[in-house]
Parts: sequence; structure tokens; C-alpha cells
Amino acid sequence: MALDQIIVTIAGLLFSGGIAWYFWFSESKATRIQSTSSGVQETLITVKGGYSPDVIVVEAGKPVRLNFLREETAACSEQVIFPDFRKQATLTPFKTIPVEFTPEKPGEYGFQCAMGMLHGKLIVE
Amino acid sequence: MIRDPVCGMELKSPSEYHSEYEGQKYEFCSSACQSKFEAEPAKYVAVVPERSGPTYRISNDGIERLQIPIIDMHCASCTLTIEKEINMLPGVKKAHVNYATEQAYVEYLPAEVKTEEILKAIKSAGYQTGQATLKLGIRKMHCASCVTKIEKELLKTPGVLSASVDLATESAAVNYLPSMVQIAEIKKVIERLGYPTYETSSPVAAVSEEAEPEDENQKAREKEYRTLLNKFIFAAILSIPFIIFSYPALFGLPAQLQKGSDLLRWIWITMGVISLPIMFWSGSHFYTGALAAIKNRSANMHTLIATGITAAWLYSTVAALVPGIFPSEALADVFFDVVAVVVALVNLGMALEIRAKGKSSEAIKKLIGLQPKTARVFRNGMEMDVPVEEVVLDDIILVRPGEKIPVDGTVIEGSSSVDESMITGEPIPVEKNKDDEVIGATINKTGSFRFKATKVGKDTALAQIIKMVQEAQSSKAPIQRIVDLVSGYFVPAVIITAMLAFVVWYDFGPSPNLIYALVVLVTTLIIACPCALGLATPISLMVGVGKGAENGILIRSGEALETAQKLDAIVLDKTGTITAGNPSLTDVIFVNGFKDEELLLYAASVEKASEHPLGEAIIKGAGDRSLTLIDPKNFNAVPGHGVQATVKGKQIILGNEKMMNKFNIDLGDLSQRSQQLADDGKTPMYIAVDGKAAGIVAVADTVKPDSKEAIAHLKKMGLEVVMITGDNPRTAKAIARQVNIDRVFAEVLPEDKAFNIKKLQQEGKKVAMVGDGINDAPALAQADIGLAIGTGTDVAIEASDITLIKGSLKGVALAIQLSKATMKNIRQNLFGAFFYNGLGIPVAAGILYPFFGVLLSPLIAGAAMAFSSVTVVTNANRLRRFKAKI
Repeated sequence: MALDQIIVTIAGLLFSGGIAWYFWFSESKATRIQSTSSGVQETLITVKGGYSPDVIVVEAGKPVRLNFLREETAACSEQVIFPDFRKQATLTPFKTIPVEFTPEKPGEYGFQCAMGMLHGKLIVE
Repeated sequence: MIRDPVCGMELKSPSEYHSEYEGQKYEFCSSACQSKFEAEPAKYVAVVPERSGPTYRISNDGIERLQIPIIDMHCASCTLTIEKEINMLPGVKKAHVNYATEQAYVEYLPAEVKTEEILKAIKSAGYQTGQATLKLGIRKMHCASCVTKIEKELLKTPGVLSASVDLATESAAVNYLPSMVQIAEIKKVIERLGYPTYETSSPVAAVSEEAEPEDENQKAREKEYRTLLNKFIFAAILSIPFIIFSYPALFGLPAQLQKGSDLLRWIWITMGVISLPIMFWSGSHFYTGALAAIKNRSANMHTLIATGITAAWLYSTVAALVPGIFPSEALADVFFDVVAVVVALVNLGMALEIRAKGKSSEAIKKLIGLQPKTARVFRNGMEMDVPVEEVVLDDIILVRPGEKIPVDGTVIEGSSSVDESMITGEPIPVEKNKDDEVIGATINKTGSFRFKATKVGKDTALAQIIKMVQEAQSSKAPIQRIVDLVSGYFVPAVIITAMLAFVVWYDFGPSPNLIYALVVLVTTLIIACPCALGLATPISLMVGVGKGAENGILIRSGEALETAQKLDAIVLDKTGTITAGNPSLTDVIFVNGFKDEELLLYAASVEKASEHPLGEAIIKGAGDRSLTLIDPKNFNAVPGHGVQATVKGKQIILGNEKMMNKFNIDLGDLSQRSQQLADDGKTPMYIAVDGKAAGIVAVADTVKPDSKEAIAHLKKMGLEVVMITGDNPRTAKAIARQVNIDRVFAEVLPEDKAFNIKKLQQEGKKVAMVGDGINDAPALAQADIGLAIGTGTDVAIEASDITLIKGSLKGVALAIQLSKATMKNIRQNLFGAFFYNGLGIPVAAGILYPFFGVLLSPLIAGAAMAFSSVTVVTNANRLRRFKAKI
């Protein structure tokens, strides 16, 4: 095997390993929501090619209001769906659209766009 | 605590994001809100954001009734706090707060307490009240003094809570209680002062909330579609020369343009430069999407496309600029055509997808569009048109021919036929008379009538239907789990596959190995289509659930849909499901020289004094033959036997065999005829006049006209049909015979119905139960699928998985067929998406090359990718043409 081939092979394998680690094995940082005086756990989520923050920690039994601000017109992110709470919202671009519900049971609940391309996670404690 | 004027979020003051406007400080949750505010401050200052519109009611008995929506109520105990606070006010007769509806109902004496004070009490309990906000444009305001003049005058108007007039934007924002003041009056107040008004936007209200952004979304979608199309056209036009100059030999270009020539190299360099606007304008969304995703440690379609075209561009640019660094001349090739063509095609695909998806959600849009705008209401003895959001409970509403019925209610005067097809799916108009229920959003055809509003706002059947459909469309079908499992790993796995393919081709591929490796890398990245996979289930679910709603079938969730197609047995409740549920007169048999009308008159007159439901059927039967009943005398009821009374001086006895035996009446061959009637599922009653048997009157609950046909269909679909009833076995069997049901559970107490369902389930069957949703609730819940037959405007039946708005049993067959069709469509989509990716990715990676010498062109990969998700959406849209085979 020529030197260039060895280099390409090693680089390719390292790169693949890096991808796997970055996307699968590293945890993204969770954002813990503070509740306001009225008891609502509220935060702003920016939608642009993804949700940021995308991992949100809330307390069980307290109402949650997630304000989605979609800063793009790409059709993919038009809807946000919380299948476990049967909630969906059509996100009007550049407008803040609230999604409200009260998670009763602790656990991890996903939310996503209509096609499942964008993902977020709600951790209820 | 303060509120962000842009997004309405509560935040702690001082916030690090703030801005000054007209001498006042405003604070924001984020820089995004701040910059939005600074762009158009007036827009946010003028409008006081309120979440929902209110409903009010002024009664005419001196006591006023007020219904106030309360915002941010979060626990059941909040209701007590609010009630206590309101009750402390003098003049309040009654205060009741409903947690579920988030409404306060207050009865009070207007002389002793003002509405404002009640609202203040709610506020001091720590809650906000909903009120309508009217934004009006005002012309001809020239000075600041005009502002104060108008504000003062508005505040003097009863029902206006606050008013702020803005000179700069020439507008007023008025918070008002719609019960006390009409929009027209507010306008009149301003106009009286000499300022013409015009409406800038409609009042903020609960129902219109949905409709307005929907329009905006439509506009945004339209804009996105046009942008994508422009991006496509730009890239597509440039693709043509790109392709020609990328394959000079193929297109037979003159020698000076062949590979190795300086001229071609310069053309290539130019192409590399022109590729930049293709990548960063036409393909800008791939890069922004990819970057945002990577930041979130996720990857999507954009990541794949962006990586693919970047790799192609980088290689090509190096090849065009410094061809000398490659060991062989053949390696110095360019792929700018790939960049242009892939960007063009994927944009086209996305544009087509937007169009197709617009059709998929048409059903819900149609439902939302059904919402009426105004109602003609009687208030203070006057007829007036009010926005439908201002209609309150117990309002009397007039509907004329051709008009839409604004809310749900009960007819109090007049009659008409009403087209209810938009709600029930039943095309034949329904006759409406006094005391009949009318459904909002249906269309009055022939006559005028008045009705009393019984459900308004988000309680109307239509609002509930919309909510249920939206909930179902956002639920997940269990089949989706495989996709969820895959989708998290999909994109990174594709990138890794592409990388490894590159390495393998580089190490073992034919010469020029670098070119092959690169082509394979780019092709693999581009052909993979995670979108098709992600869309497969939800898009079909959306169309299927929407189609159901169009036909008066409300499917609660994806899970219900999936279970409904696996059923083995279906249990039908008899009364109200197979039969109409209200007994009617079927037979009058007369002997010993009596006439049938005479007998019926006697029987009905006696029953006039009784309260038995079967008696009602006899009275109705007499009424249908326009007999005038006579008040019975000496009425006496013998429980479990029958009744007796004197009519026209004759002694009448009406009852069962025991009753006749008790009075020693010889029945002759009547008992045999009675037996026959019972065998037919009817309830016979003997009648004796002056101690002599005179005949039989029989009543029966009639089988709905299409029950038999519907049951035949269910059987044809391979389902075991079972009847369950509390009736005696003989009547039950008789009905079962009429509709061809073989298995009957009779004399089942209501509370034992669930147990019988369980027994069937223990036979290993998936069981559906069809019932009325009230008495049958436990059985509906026990069944794998509970189908509730809706009654009028009650559509959100908790225990049911599927609600049939139209009473017909055909709906059951239709619901199952629709579930089957939808699940079939989902499976087709999933198969297509998995098959496409499962086949496309290995082929793109070159797996066929060693065997057949086949390698995919990146251009074909781009085309395949672009149209795979459009195909999924188009296939889902085929469901819109679903027609039941009934």
C-alpha cells in the first residue's frame, strides 16, 4: 500500500470516528428553564435549521410555555410537534409562537419538525 | 416582573436587553426581540397583547351575568382564590370559576358593583382577565390635545377599560368588554368628536387567533415557494453551459475547447467563480441549515447536500487553478456541473414538495375556513350583527336562508332544512324544528329561524373537531417507531458510509482512483434522502385523519388508526347504535269488532297520564294519525303490569298478560299473535275495553335504515359482528335476526358490558366496541378501539378512539376502511423510503461496480434525491381521493 493510500485510509477512519463521536456519543448541553413568578416555566427557542436550545430541562407538574421564534422561511421547520403531548404549532416565520402544556410525568420527551428532520428534547424532572 | 412587549414573555427586570421609546424604557428577553422592537417600536407599544377574547352576558332580570376568561390559571386551587376575592365585593350574588374552561362566571347587581371592580378583584388575586382589544385607525388628528380628548371620551364610555391613542401611528388601542359596548359604539364615540375612524385589524379574539396566522403562514409558504423556484431557475440556467463545458469530448466541442487547452481551463476557472452564487445564493439554505444543525450536534438533509457540493467544488477549483499538482492529467477534472445541477434539482424538489404539502393539509384548512364571521343577535330588544367571538351563551340568534349558522344552539322558533354536510359528511339536508339542535358552521337552506346559543367559542362542535383533528395529526402512529429508531443515526451513518467508500475506492479502485473516490463520495452524500423517511408516516396520517374529518369521522390518534385496521371482532350496542333508540308504534291489532283508530285513541289517552317511555311511543303514534286525545279519568298504574283508566266513560285496561289475567280477561287467540310480535323484537301490549279483550298495540325500537347494509359490509370485511344489549334475549335475538347478526350478548347490565368485551379479547381477538359514549363509556375504554356514535354537537367523547359524528353504522365500516387505506399508504411510503435509501446508498457507494461496472452519476443521484420526497407526499395525497366501498 502506497503512502498516500495509508494516509487517506487513516484520515478517513479518523474522520468517520469523529463523526460518530460528535453526533452519537457526545451529549449536547441541556438548558434548564427557570419558572417565572406566575409559575410558568418559560423560555425562547430559536428555530433555524434546528432548535436552540434543543435540550430543555423542566420540572414536572408545572406548566411549560415554550416560545418558538422561527428565524427562517425554509418549509422544513414550519411545524413543531410534541407527539407525547399531542401538541403542534405552526410557526409563522419571525413571530413568537407559544406552545403550552403541563408535563405531568418525569421522563424524556422529544419534539420535532413535521418531517422529523429537526429534533429537540424535553427532559422532565 | 415585567413583560417583553414583543413576545409577551415574562422576565426579570432589569434585563440586559432594553431600549427607550418615547421616554419610556422597554425590556426584552433577547436581542432578537430588542432589534424587532427597535425596527418598529410603535407596533408593539400600541397593542396590548391579550390571549383570548371574552364572552359576556347581560340578563334582563336586574342581575347581570358576566363571563370572564382568566389567563394564566395553573391549578385547580386557583379557582378558590379568585372566587374568594370576587365574593368579597359588595353586590356580587354568585361567583364561580371553572378551571377547565378558564372562565369566571359572576352574577352581580350593576348598581352596587362595577365590572371594573370585578376585574380588579381578579387582578388582585393575581390573575389576568381576558378582554377584547380593538385597534382602530383614526384620521384627522392634528395635535396632542386631540389624543387626550379622544382618550377621555373613550374612558367615559361604559365597558371601555382602557384606551390609548397614538398620534404618530394615527391609531387607538382600546381594551373593552364586548358585553357592555359594541365596536360600532366605540367608533361612534370617536367619530362624534369629529375624527373619522377605520379598522386596522380585527379585535383579538380566541377563535380568530387560529385563522389569522394561518393566512400569514400561507403567505410565508407562498414566498418560500417562489424563492425556491427562483433559486432553481438561476441554478438550472447555469447548469446547461456547466454541463457542456464539463464534458467537452461528449459534446464534440472544437479542439481548442478540449481538455488540456488553456481556453477550457479559463472557462473552468470562470465556472468556479460563477458556482459561488449558485452555492451561496441558490444553495444558501443548505449551508445555513447544515451549520445550525451541526451546532445542535445533529445532521440533516442540508448537511449532506452542503458537504457533497462543497467537496465537489473544492476539488474542481483546485483542479482548475493548479492542475499541475495532480500526478496525472486525468485527475485534473472538474465537477462544477454537479454543484449546479444538484442545487437546481433539490430546490425544484423542495418547491414541488411545498405545493404538494399544501394539498395534504387542505382538510384542516377547510375546517378552519368554515368558521363563521358574524352573527345576527338580539340584544336589548334590537337585532344587530356582531362578530361571532362576541356571541355569548343564551344569546338569541336569527338565521336567514342561505346564511351560515354562527354557533351551536337549540332552535326556539321557526323551522328550516340545514345542510350539515361540512360537519357530518351527510349530503342530505336535515330538517330542523323547534327544540332541535343546530350545529355552528352549517348552512341554513330554506327557512328563517331563531335559536338560542348553547355552545360558543372553543366549545362549539366545529372548534372541538378542529382541535381533535389537529391533535390526531400531531400524534404518532406506532409504526413511526422504526423510523425514529433509524432517523437519529441516519445522516451521520451516511456521511461515514461515504467516507469509507471514498477510502475503499481510493485504495482499491481503478485509475484515476482519486476521481472515482470523489465521485462516489459526492454521489453517496447526495442520494441519501432522510426527508422521505421522516415524511412517510406523518404526511399520510395527516391526509388520512383529514379525510376522516371530511366524512364525519374523527380519529383521535395515529395509534387508533393503526389498531382500527387490525380488528377481528366488532361489538355493536343495540339501542341507539343498531336501532334508532327511540321506540315507535309499529302494530295495532283489533278484535271483537273494535276499529284500530278507536283502539289507538283509547290506548294513547290512557298513556297520556302515564310517564312510561313506551307510552310516549303510543301517544306519538296517535299524533301521527292526527287523533285528538281525551284526558283519562280514574287513572291507575300497576307497576310491572300496566295501566287502567276511564276514557269516554269506557273502562280501558292496557298492559301485559299478567295485567289481563289480573282482570280475568279472556285473550283468545290474541296471546298467540302477541307471541309473534315479541318474536319480531316488538313489545306488545294488550288492550281491553269494558272487560273485553279488544286488541294489541305494539311498539318497537326501529332498526336504523342502513344498519343491515352496514353490518353486511362489516362481515364482508371479515369481522365478527356481535350485538350487546340489556334487553331480554327474545327481543335481542329478533333484532339480531333482522340485521343478520349471529352472536348476541343479551340481558347485559350496563356495568357488565366492559366485562363482555374483555371475554372476547381473551379469545385472542382485537375488539372494537360501538356505543353511545355515555352509558357505554367503560366498554368503549375496555375495547381495543372504542367508536362513539356522536349525538348532535357532542363530538369530543373522552372514552372513544374514533367518534362518528353522523349516527349511521356505515361510519364504522368507513372508519375501518379509511384506517386500512391510510395504513397501506403509510406502509407504501415507508417501504419506498427505506427501499430507496437502502438501495440507493450502496449503489452510489459503488457496490455494483465490481460485478457489473455500474456507477451512478452524481447528477442522477441529485435528481433521485430531489424527487424521492415529492413522491412520498404525492403518494400520501392519493389518499385524498379515498372513497369508501359501501
